[in-house]
Amino acid sequence: MYRYDEFDHAFVRERVAQFRDQVDRRLAGQLNEEEFRPLRLRNGLYLQLHAYMLRIAIPYGVLSPRQLRQLAMIGREWDRGYGHFTTRTNLQYHWIKLVDVPDILSALADVEMHCIQTSGNSFRNVTADPFAGAAVDELEDPRPWCEVIRQWSTVHPEFSWLPRKFKFAITGAAEDRAAVLFHDIGLKIVRGPNGENGFRVFVGGGMGRTPYVGLEIRPFLEKQHLLSYIESILRVYNLYGRRDNLNKARIKILVNQLGIDKFREEVEADWAASPRKDTIDLPESELLRIQSYFAPPDLVPGPIVDEKVEQRRITDPVFANWLKNNVRPHRVPGHCIAVIALKEPGRTPGDATSEEMELVADLAERYSRNELRVNYTQNLVLPHVARADLVTVYDELVRAGLAVGNNDLLGDMICCPGLDYCNLANARSIPIAKEIAKRFEDPKRQELIGPLRLNMSGCINACGHHHAGNIGILGVDKKGTELYQISLGGSPKDDAAVGTIIGPGFRAEAVPQAIDTIIETYLANRTDGEDFLATWRRVGPAPFKEALYGAV
Amino acid sequence: MPNVVTANRLLDGIVVYLAADGSWTEDIAHARIANTEEETKALEAEAAEAVKARKVVAVYPMEVALHNGAVDPLSVRERIRASHRTTLTEDWYDVPL
Repeated sequence: MYRYDEFDHAFVRERVAQFRDQVDRRLAGQLNEEEFRPLRLRNGLYLQLHAYMLRIAIPYGVLSPRQLRQLAMIGREWDRGYGHFTTRTNLQYHWIKLVDVPDILSALADVEMHCIQTSGNSFRNVTADPFAGAAVDELEDPRPWCEVIRQWSTVHPEFSWLPRKFKFAITGAAEDRAAVLFHDIGLKIVRGPNGENGFRVFVGGGMGRTPYVGLEIRPFLEKQHLLSYIESILRVYNLYGRRDNLNKARIKILVNQLGIDKFREEVEADWAASPRKDTIDLPESELLRIQSYFAPPDLVPGPIVDEKVEQRRITDPVFANWLKNNVRPHRVPGHCIAVIALKEPGRTPGDATSEEMELVADLAERYSRNELRVNYTQNLVLPHVARADLVTVYDELVRAGLAVGNNDLLGDMICCPGLDYCNLANARSIPIAKEIAKRFEDPKRQELIGPLRLNMSGCINACGHHHAGNIGILGVDKKGTELYQISLGGSPKDDAAVGTIIGPGFRAEAVPQAIDTIIETYLANRTDGEDFLATWRRVGPAPFKEALYGAV
Repeated sequence: MPNVVTANRLLDGIVVYLAADGSWTEDIAHARIANTEEETKALEAEAAEAVKARKVVAVYPMEVALHNGAVDPLSVRERIRASHRTTLTEDWYDVPL
C-alpha cells in the first residue's frame, strides 16, 4: 500500500497542529461556533444528533493491520469501543468529544491516516473495487490511480470550493463491485483499440434527492491524460455548477440539464485548450513510483482444491454456506478472497467493536499478507488468503462472531446510521435493519432467495444507497411519524438502475412484513435461475403492487 | 403549548436540556418547562448566555406535552434525542413512538 513520504508526513502533522490550535481557540472563546464549524468540517468533525462524529478517511478502502489496530485503539480510548464502516469505505466514530479530537488526529497521523476532505464541498474519499489486486476478472489494479487522484485532489487550490461535494470511484475489473455508475465521476479501466489499457469515463451519476446513473462522457481515455481530462471536467463543473441551490449543485444536475453531449463538448473544448495539459498529466516515472507501492504480494500458486476445506464443506453446512457466499476466487491459484460480513442478525450493519477490529487485523497479518479492505457494502475483506488457511481463518471468525455467511444475500444489508445518530436523518434505519435481519434470520431461506441487495437510508441524502438497492427502503418523516418508502429494481452494478417506488410508504412495524411479501412475490414469480432483479425486470411492478396493496 | 430548551454540550456534543436550577441536564425529566411565550423567551435568553459561556451549542426551544407531570418530547426526532440512543434495543418500539 501507499506509504507517506516526507512531504505527506509534514503536511498531515501541520494540519493536526492547526486543528489543535483551532480547538483551543474555540474552547477559549476566540472562535464562536459559526467561525469554528467550517474549520471542524474540513477535518471531518460533525456535530450529530447525540454527539460529535469523526469521519476517518480510508483511501480506496485499503487498510493495514497496524492502521486497523490504531482505529481499534481510538475506539476504545476515545469513543465507546466501536466504529461504523460506511458506504464510502470510511470509518465513523459517533461518540467523540471535541476536546479529544486533536489527540485523535495525532494518533491517526502516527499510522498515516487523517480526516481531511471527509466532509465539505470537496473531493471525498476515492473508492475502488474492494478486490483490487486480487480479483480474477481484473484488467489492471485501480489503486495506483486512486492514489494519483487522491494526491492530485487533496487541497487542490482550484477545486477547494466546488459547488458541492465530489465523489470518485474506479474499478479495473469486469464486474463493477464499486457502484461506479453512481459517482460524480466513475472510471472503468478498459482495453483500448491498440490493446493498451485506458479509462472509460462516466460522469454525473449519483444518489441523493435526484438519483442519476452516470453517463459515458468518453469511451476511451489514454491513461496518461487522466489528470488533465478530469481537471477539465472539474473546471466545467466549477464554472457552470449551481451555487444558488444546494439541492441542484451536484455535477449530475449540470450534466443532465446541459445534456451529456453539450457537457462533453464543453469538457473537450476546455481539454483541447488546456494550457496545463502537458504539465498536469502525470509523468511516467511518478506513476511507476506510485505503482511500486501496490506491487502484488509474492503468492506461490497452489492447488485449487484443499482437502481440509473440502472435508469441512461436506461435514459442516454452515461452513459450506460461508464458503459459497463469502469466499471469492483469487487470481493466484490456491488463494482466495474472504469477505468478513459485518452483518450477522443483531448487529448494526457496518459496526465493528475494537476487539473485532483487532482480531481482523491479526488475521490480516497472519493470513492475508498484511492487507485489508473495506467494502462499500460495509464489510471487511481479507484479499489474499491461502486456501490451506481458510478453515483456520473461518474458525477464528466463528469464535469472534464474525463468520456470518450472508455476503451479497438479503442479510447483507447496507444501512446508514439514520436518526439514531445523524442530524440530517428523518427516520431511523438501524432498528428497521435489525428487525428485517431477525425476520430473515434463517440462512436456508436467504440461500433460497439468492443474491439480493437490500439498501436502506434514513433520509433522502441516500447514504444507504437505497436507490441502487434491488429492494430499497427510504425513511421519511410524515407528520411526525417515521414512514418507509419501498423501491424495487435498483442495481449498483454494470446494469445500474434507479429503483422504482412501488407505492405508499409503510409504518416502521409493517416494514419487515412488506419485505416478506415482496420476497414471496418474487419467489412465486421467478423462473429457474432468475435472481430478484431479473424477475422484477421481466414481470414489472404489477404483481408486487397487488401483493402489497391488494388488487387495483 | 409548553416548551423546553435543548442543546448539545460543547465539549462532548451530548444532548442536554436547560434545567430548573440553571444547569444543563441530560435527563429531559429535569428540564425546566416554559408555559408561556414569555417564559420560553426567558429560557432562550438564558441559553444564549450559556452559548456565550461556551457550555452548549445548537440551542433551540422545542414544544413538549406533559402527561401527569412527565415530559413528552412529541416528535420522533426529539424522542430519540431524549432517549440518547435506540440502537442497543432489541426492538425499535423499545423507544415508544
